[in-house]
Amino acid sequence: MYRYDAIDRTLVNERVAQFRDQTRRYLNGELSEDEFRHLRLRNGLYIQRHAPMLRVAIPYGLLSSAQLRTLASIARRYDRGYGHFTTRQNIQYNWPKLAEVPEILAELAAVEMHAIQTSGNCIRNTTSDHLAGVAPDEIEDPRPWCEIIRQWSTLHPEFSYLPRKFKIAVTGSPRDRAASLVHDVGVHIVRRADGELGFEILAGGGLGRTPIIGQVVREFLPREHLLSYLEAVLRIYNREGRRDNLTKARIKILVRSLGIEEFRRRVEAEWGSIRDGAPRVTQAEVERMRGFFEPPAYRRLQESEPAVGKDAAFHAWYRYNTGEHKMPGYRVVYVSLKKAGVAPGDATDAQMELIADLADGYGFGEVRVTHTQNLLLADVEQEKTYELWRTLNAAGLATPNIGTLTDIICCPGLDFCSLANAGSIDVARLINERFDDYDYIYDLGELDVKMSGCMNACGHHHVGNIGILGVDKGGEEWYQITIGGAAGADASLGTVIGPSVAKADVPETLARLLAVYVEQRHPDERFLDTVRRLGVKPFKERVYAAPAAA
Amino acid sequence: MPRRLLRNGEVAVDEWRYLGEAEGAADSALILTFDQWASDREQWLARGGRLGVILGPAHRVEFLAPDLPHLDLVGADFPNPSEGRGYTQGRLLRERWKFAGELRATGHVRRDHLFFLARCGFNSFELPDSEIESAAGAVSTFSVCYQPANDLGLQVKLRHR
Repeated sequence: MYRYDAIDRTLVNERVAQFRDQTRRYLNGELSEDEFRHLRLRNGLYIQRHAPMLRVAIPYGLLSSAQLRTLASIARRYDRGYGHFTTRQNIQYNWPKLAEVPEILAELAAVEMHAIQTSGNCIRNTTSDHLAGVAPDEIEDPRPWCEIIRQWSTLHPEFSYLPRKFKIAVTGSPRDRAASLVHDVGVHIVRRADGELGFEILAGGGLGRTPIIGQVVREFLPREHLLSYLEAVLRIYNREGRRDNLTKARIKILVRSLGIEEFRRRVEAEWGSIRDGAPRVTQAEVERMRGFFEPPAYRRLQESEPAVGKDAAFHAWYRYNTGEHKMPGYRVVYVSLKKAGVAPGDATDAQMELIADLADGYGFGEVRVTHTQNLLLADVEQEKTYELWRTLNAAGLATPNIGTLTDIICCPGLDFCSLANAGSIDVARLINERFDDYDYIYDLGELDVKMSGCMNACGHHHVGNIGILGVDKGGEEWYQITIGGAAGADASLGTVIGPSVAKADVPETLARLLAVYVEQRHPDERFLDTVRRLGVKPFKERVYAAPAAA
Repeated sequence: MPRRLLRNGEVAVDEWRYLGEAEGAADSALILTFDQWASDREQWLARGGRLGVILGPAHRVEFLAPDLPHLDLVGADFPNPSEGRGYTQGRLLRERWKFAGELRATGHVRRDHLFFLARCGFNSFELPDSEIESAAGAVSTFSVCYQPANDLGLQVKLRHR
């Protein structure tokens, strides 16, 4: 993985010093509430329902075991013993004290981490495919390019006060596992017919109040121009994006109002006048970055069948929580953070430390955060999966539900977030209580349930096969249900099935949707495809047929 | 009380006056808003003396580009703490239109913005008077940078050119 040099270290240390000074000035009254707000937000610090919330960047989801131990230690000493992994591969702490945040940042800096630009109207953490470098279908490892973008976007002097936040996702495989179509900019590594590698650039995707799928701005961008092209996109957005209305300030609104052709024309014109200047990505820099992401020292192994003769629980876990690896004899192993009764994406300090140890023992010392709020050990020998499972299982980290109904993506909701209209964690709990029969869950197959506590859509509900959105109805928590959304390369936005339902009725509503699917599906048809084939109507009719049993 | 500002890293008394501020010498250095300038460009050019124009966030640098040879000062206004268009205006003035005069940031300018502003080509800053001394060091908050920008006179180490 990427390792800091003197420049990186100096930069994060100077940032800690700057924020320490800003916090001091705020606490002794030199900075007003509003002035400090703009500054702290650019360091990932929100003031939330109960306390400040600190969001720490995990660039493209990659962590060393040492970094994960530091995250655990911060959770224990400055928080209440846990952290929340987010859909954008970050971690959030819900209970730090403002005066202690500079100390936390200093501890992060010591392990080459930071909270720079994890909130505020600036370029956020660059996210990527959690299977980068190990996926069999990959064209090229996107992580060197993610790091190039991370560095370019960090403390960018021109683009630190944008109209609104700006999120970039990079993928190196035709299967989009980074939800890049719902990002402000999606960068896809593509191979042209002549074999040349370059980038397809998309813009204008996003969720929130106005969900939109991103559109292609340029089909093929030569590699050395990646940063100058991003600079052109950002410059057009910074100049022309709306600043008069917060809900219309994202780049997706600009792209939609100009139309993709006019937006493209402006970007290309701007790019035309800067493309031959800086910043250019030199081949030497690409090679330097690649050097940080060389494959680890894999052993030469044969494919094996480790589940033979083992118990059924292991079988289920192996089937659902491990996946293909490009190297024979290796698997990727998902560490499920979706145990029933636990807020999706939460991990305790002890769990984080255990996972760090397991990463050292089984995964070359690296851990990844997935955008579905699980962790991943990317390089596990097939033969060792059984002993790994036993340890994970004992720690409550082996819930065999990856990619199924109960692998719910979920924002912190009303319990923690000052923006939320409704709770999401307890709805996840209700769903888990209702659907506890794994035979049924497995029979349903691949199913993406995503839930957000408000229109800001941190839980990506628009692109859930089943999406659940919390709404406030006369002071009560109600939930609007969508179906047919998808986040991958065939991304689509879900359709609202009808009036929102009460919290207690959410599980019954899901049960009815799934009953229609089970009755109507073709052999091997996914829920998503059944919805796409039949449309919303039969689902809607069933859900609203009679009052749902409370 | 004369206005003080931070210019080229040093505290200075502003020799410029805005139109409508107390009269100075007939040919003293005069700052206009873009609208004042645009409404009677010929009259201002005939006046003699140095001229400056402050752009609002929505003004396109291109509007002013043909006039830059007549101007000794161009400013960008930041009416609130979240305004960011001036950063692009600064870079375009310096890099695309090669403006070499005084580039001034006005409005909601605090020391916390100075590093980014300086990297976008600004060399003078209208800060709250009480903050001027303490802000002098803020243009060098960081000694390193990842990306090239407009680093006239800034001592930063760049990873990439």
